[in-house]
This record gives sequence, C-alpha cells and structure tokens, in this order.
Amino acid sequence: MTNPAFDLSTPRQHQRSAMSELAQETGALTRRLFVQLQRRPSTLVAGILQPLIWLVLFGALFSRAPEGLLPGGVSYGRFLGAGVIVFTAFSGALNAGLPVMFDREFGFLNRLLVAPLRSRSSIVLASVIYITTLSLVQSLAIMITASLLGYGWPGAAGLVLVMVTLLLLVFAVTALSLGLAFALPGHIELIAVIFVANLPLLFASTALAPLSYMPPWLGWLAALNPLTFAIEPIRAAYAGPLDLSSVLLEAPYGDVTGTTCLLVLSLLTAGLFLLIRPLLNRKLA
Amino acid sequence: MSLIELDHLVKSFGMVPALTDLTLAVPEGCLYGFLGPNGAGKTTTLRILATLLSPDHGRVIVAGVDALQNPRQVRQILGYVAQEVAIDKILTGRELLALQGDLYHLPRMDRNQRIDDLIQRLSMGDWIDRRCGTYSGGMRRRLDLAAGLLHSPRLLVLDEPTVGLDLESRAVIWDVLQDLRDQGTTILLSSHYLEEVEALAERMAIIDAGRVIAEGSPEELKCALGGDRVTLRVREFSNQTEAEKVRELLDAVEGVRRIVINRAQGHSLNLVVDGDHVLPRLKQRLGESDLSVFSLAQSRPSLDDVYLQATGRTLMDAELAVVGQRDPKQERRQSMR
Repeated sequence: MTNPAFDLSTPRQHQRSAMSELAQETGALTRRLFVQLQRRPSTLVAGILQPLIWLVLFGALFSRAPEGLLPGGVSYGRFLGAGVIVFTAFSGALNAGLPVMFDREFGFLNRLLVAPLRSRSSIVLASVIYITTLSLVQSLAIMITASLLGYGWPGAAGLVLVMVTLLLLVFAVTALSLGLAFALPGHIELIAVIFVANLPLLFASTALAPLSYMPPWLGWLAALNPLTFAIEPIRAAYAGPLDLSSVLLEAPYGDVTGTTCLLVLSLLTAGLFLLIRPLLNRKLA
Repeated sequence: MSLIELDHLVKSFGMVPALTDLTLAVPEGCLYGFLGPNGAGKTTTLRILATLLSPDHGRVIVAGVDALQNPRQVRQILGYVAQEVAIDKILTGRELLALQGDLYHLPRMDRNQRIDDLIQRLSMGDWIDRRCGTYSGGMRRRLDLAAGLLHSPRLLVLDEPTVGLDLESRAVIWDVLQDLRDQGTTILLSSHYLEEVEALAERMAIIDAGRVIAEGSPEELKCALGGDRVTLRVREFSNQTEAEKVRELLDAVEGVRRIVINRAQGHSLNLVVDGDHVLPRLKQRLGESDLSVFSLAQSRPSLDDVYLQATGRTLMDAELAVVGQRDPKQERRQSMR
C-alpha cells in the first residue's frame, strides 16, 4: 500500500542529547521572536525614540541650571544620561511579557505545549534572551546618542559596569513582566500595568533629580526604588574612575555603596525568578 | 490492540460538565470518526488526548503509555490539528513549519526534506513563502495539517479538520487522510458532518452530552438500526384501503421488518427491509396479486437515522439547540493557559 515516492508516515528515530534538543527548541523560539522584530521593528524604534526624546527635552529644560547645583558639579545633561539609559532598559524589559501574552491569547502557546519540548523553560528562556538583547541594544543606542550630544562616555571598565548593572535590572524586570503575562487575564490588562508602572517608577527614582532635591517621603521611595540601584552605579561609571566601595547614595536609611547596589539588584533578580517559578510551572505544566 | 484507550473520563469547567463518563477505544491503524453536535464534548476529549487538559477523573492510555503520567512520550507520537488554527501571522508558512520541526527536534536535513515533501503533497507550493496572515481558512488548515504531520506521528488527532473549508482544501485533506490511513497511521477525527465521517471513517463513536452513546463501524451502526429503507407505490395516489391491502400482502414477505403507510405522500408505503435481496421478492409478491409497481425507491439508513435512534433528536436539532448556549468568550478562556 505504501507509495515509495512519497511516504507520509515514515517513522524516524532520533537519538539526540538533551542539551542539543534543548538548544534546538530554544534557538527556534528565539529566532521566531527576532524574525517578528525584524518584520515589525516599531517596538525597537519606539524603544529608542522615547528615551531619546526624554534626553533631549529634559536635558534642554534644565540646561540652564546653575553650575555646581548638582552633586559633583556635573551638568544636568550628564546627570540625566544615566537615568535615561536605565529607563530605556527598564521600559524595554517591561514589555517582555507581551509576546508571551499574545501567544497565550491567540492559542499559539498551545501549539508549543503540544510539542514534546525537552523543557518548557525554553519558552521562558527564549523570551529572556530576546528581551535582554533588545533592551541592551536600545540602551547602547541611547548611550551612543548621549555621547554625541556631549554627555560623556564611560571608560572600558565603566562600560563593563554599565552592562552588568543593566543586565541585572533587565533580568529582574523581565521576570516580573513574564510573571504578569501569565498571571493577568489578557493583553489589555498587561498593557495597563506596564503603562501605570512605567512613569511613576521613573519619577520616584534618582533618574531626573538627586535625592537631596526630594521631600523626605519621596526620598524614601526613591531610595527603595530598584531603578535607583541601577542608576547610581551607571552614573558613577560615567563620572570617572571606578570604585565600587565608594558611597554612591546617601539614603535616609544609610549610605549605599556600588557593591550594595549590585547586590540588591542580584537579590531582586533571584527573588523575582523564584517568585514567578511556581506560577510558570503551573501554567506550563 | 487499541492505540488509544480513554477510560471513564470526567471533566467539568467550573459548574459546566463537559465530559460526564466517556469511554472509548481506538484500534491501531484505524481511521476513527468522532461524531457529535457542537458542545457534545468532542474538543474537550481531543484536548485531553493531546495532553493540553487533564481530566477530573479517568485514565488516558496512548500506545500503552499513561498520558497523564508521561505526557512527553505521548506528545512525541501524536500530531494534533486543533480546531482554532493558531498561527503566527508574521512568519511565512515555511518558517512556521521549520519552527515546528525544531520543536519536535528533527535534524535539520530531515526537517527541510520533510517540509518540501509536505508542501508538495498538500499543494502549498504557490503560497507557502507568503506570510501566514494572508492565508485563507483552507490554506491555514492545510498548513496546520502539514505541521501536525511533520514528525510523522503514529497517531494523528484532528478536531473538525474541514469545517467551513473550500472544496479544494477539503478534497486535498481527505485525500491525504486516506493515504495516511493506508500507510498505517492511526487517525482520530472529530466532525459534526455526517458525510465526512461516513466517507472517511472505518469505525466511529457518536458522542452526546459528554459520553459515547453508540460505537462501531458506520455500516454496523446503520445495520443495527435496521436494514434498508424502501418507498413503494402501487399507483401515484392510492387510497387507505388499497395501501392496507398491500401492506398485509407484503408483511408476509421474508425480510420485511416493518411497514408504515405514509398518508401525507399519497399513501405510499415505507418499508424497512433486510437488504437488496428483498426487493425481487416484493416485486414477485405484487406480481402474483396482479398489482403493478408505480415506483420503488430504495435508500440506506443514514447516520442521521442512527443519531436520531440513539438520542431521540436529529443532529440538526441538536446543533440548533446549542447555538444560543455557547459562549465563545468562555470557550476561549478555557483553552487559554
């Protein structure tokens, strides 16, 4: 009965290692996200344009601030640079959950779940790889633009610190966003949360103004805001020679060094991934 | 040997029961039809089989493997073509198939060869490199079938594969399914089209309100219901007396099971007979009594008769009854993770 020219049902045997299968499925899922980005680059462009507008407009707004007003005597543009870089990475990573949410809603996730994936973490991993790359590219674009505007460039060691800091922040925010993408009922709700979270977190941080300008209650908020812990090391990296043990922030609860900042971000990332794990396990079971 | 064994499945969505007590065995190598009106529980059953849903109670065994314990082993041998085709509109059909191939861990060379074969077999060459967002329903369905077949599954599960399709796509899909069956793939196909199940399936189950109410080959089910239908008239318009006289005459013929006089149609006689071989006897008996035959029409019992017998309503009525009750929003939420 079998048609030798075309056999639809030839059984195939594959003996492949778990690692290579895991790499294959994660690679394919990541590639899909990048093909989507390539064909619909508006997210990428908007993610660069928005912080750029912040940088130019806010920079101009306070460009006549008297010299010496800011700690370290830097110009406002230089001060703002670190804040806008962090904001870029932050708002980029906050969108991590959107593709996952759309896959949930349109049933594409079911297609993935019917397949014999080695591990369903490859779905999450693909999102993390994609959004991390995207956020870092956006942040780099802002850094380059800022340097062209004369707002400086960190040295080689500084650049490493900037990247490490951004990476930690992006991981943490991506975990949060992926968690929301599985916890919320639909993309409308997810977009609403992203919209609401975005600006207040920016304002209640040291992105736009130093702690010393803030009323005590806002100073407290800013000193607890994770964005602040990313902004201060980057600002330090731009300011000059790197010293992680120096005090970067005189918070109401005590002095915060560069090391503390990185530690807080690491703990936050680990904590958030642990927090969303049961949720992901349940939804991807 | 049964490839699929569903054992007393029970599943509810909140307060709404979907499966009440569903037991089903599908033999290996069989093209099996799963017939029932919308809302009977077909999709729920297939989603459980595809390891997307867990039943509240019951066992699911596929190829000897407990699907609830070892879902991954079942996924490896199962191709699932869902009712609502979920595609990525931005990818081309070929890219989608490549993604699917990677999710099933096909080696790259095999994968691309297999994709080319399927493109040819399902006549997708003209449009496979266009983005999926531009496809018609029939194209999407063919693409989805190709995706389901990519890893050469031992078991193919299709949820209403041809509902609302153009004739060309339907013909292509039917043809491929028959080929697959001939090559030994087990196929479970749900449908609410009687003709589809009748044309394709070797065995079938009729499902209503979350349980199986009849099972067997379409022929068996129809035969069990009782023979062929014959409509006979001795003249165009008879009267009651004549019709009763003929009925008395034919009642004695061997192989005649039941005769009903249809007054609405000029007192024609509706007979249920054992089969073809009874017809000459009917003619002979009428000839012996000097009665001529004005018309004699024979028909087989349809699956609709089977459904009517089993549930007391026609499939059409059952469809109409649930039209107002279904809540697409609710159903989408059920399928969402």
